[in-house]
Amino acid sequence: MDRHDLFVLAAYGVAFLGIAGLALWVAIDGRLRRRELAALDAQGVRRRSNAR
Amino acid sequence: MSEASRQGERAPTGLISSLANPTRFLQLSGRILPWLIALAITVTVAGLVLGFLAPEDYQQGTTVRIMYIHVPFAWLSMLCYTVMACSALGTLIWRHPLADVALRAAAPIGAVFTALALATGSIWGKPMWGTWWVWDARLTSVFVLFLMYLGLIALNRALDDPGRAARVVAVLTLVGFVNIPIIKFSVEWWNTLHQGASVFRMDGPTVDPSMLVPLLVSATGFSLLFFALHLAAMRVEIWRRRVAAMRRVAARRAGG
Repeated sequence: MDRHDLFVLAAYGVAFLGIAGLALWVAIDGRLRRRELAALDAQGVRRRSNAR
Repeated sequence: MSEASRQGERAPTGLISSLANPTRFLQLSGRILPWLIALAITVTVAGLVLGFLAPEDYQQGTTVRIMYIHVPFAWLSMLCYTVMACSALGTLIWRHPLADVALRAAAPIGAVFTALALATGSIWGKPMWGTWWVWDARLTSVFVLFLMYLGLIALNRALDDPGRAARVVAVLTLVGFVNIPIIKFSVEWWNTLHQGASVFRMDGPTVDPSMLVPLLVSATGFSLLFFALHLAAMRVEIWRRRVAAMRRVAARRAGG
């Protein structure tokens, strides 16, 4: 392996980690928010626009 | 006049306003998102594979392959800010809540793409320029863009009143848009170590098709990835606001 290959590998590695990390963060954030919505819904809380 | 007929009068904008309704947006985006993610991953992988099959550069050797990720990241760092500036207009002119959702959801994605453009560029610079970093106009203006993303994220989180935060952040986003043409033309206006434009030029691209095609495919793939991430982040932001709204209702009820 050429020394330059290591630079290419590092660049692709950083890019993969950055984008995978971002996607994971959005996915986890979404799952937590939906869990909160479900919990509030189970308690019978409604938004004003959805009030019964 | 009844409410129904008044709604009918606004028929020409009916389609846009129905898309801009958060509940309708959640339904539609939920249907589109899995397909968009699959398409984005397919096109991105295809672009990168093409990039590794493309010939090495006669001067840069194998490090030219960094271009297939660095250039899309740099384009997207500016595209994301442009999306945010359009959303800022949506907030200030039409006062549409979904415009603020779009702006707020885009900022962290823009910050990541800008950081990746800086990092991959730096990793290319070490073997090719002999240095990780120089304070030339291109690198500095992109670094300023990165700081602006961080500033907008911090400001959005620092202000408690969501309506006020939306307006303040929208105004600041528009003011910051002046940096986008500065980034684009920095390589022409100043003497930079960073090379000039070689794709979007008045006289056409100067990159050989054997490298231009993989670059454009990979840029399309990363753009699709950006829109998929943005759509997903917008959905999360809508859910976050619903949780906050429901908590307010619950607190009011508890307080009597």
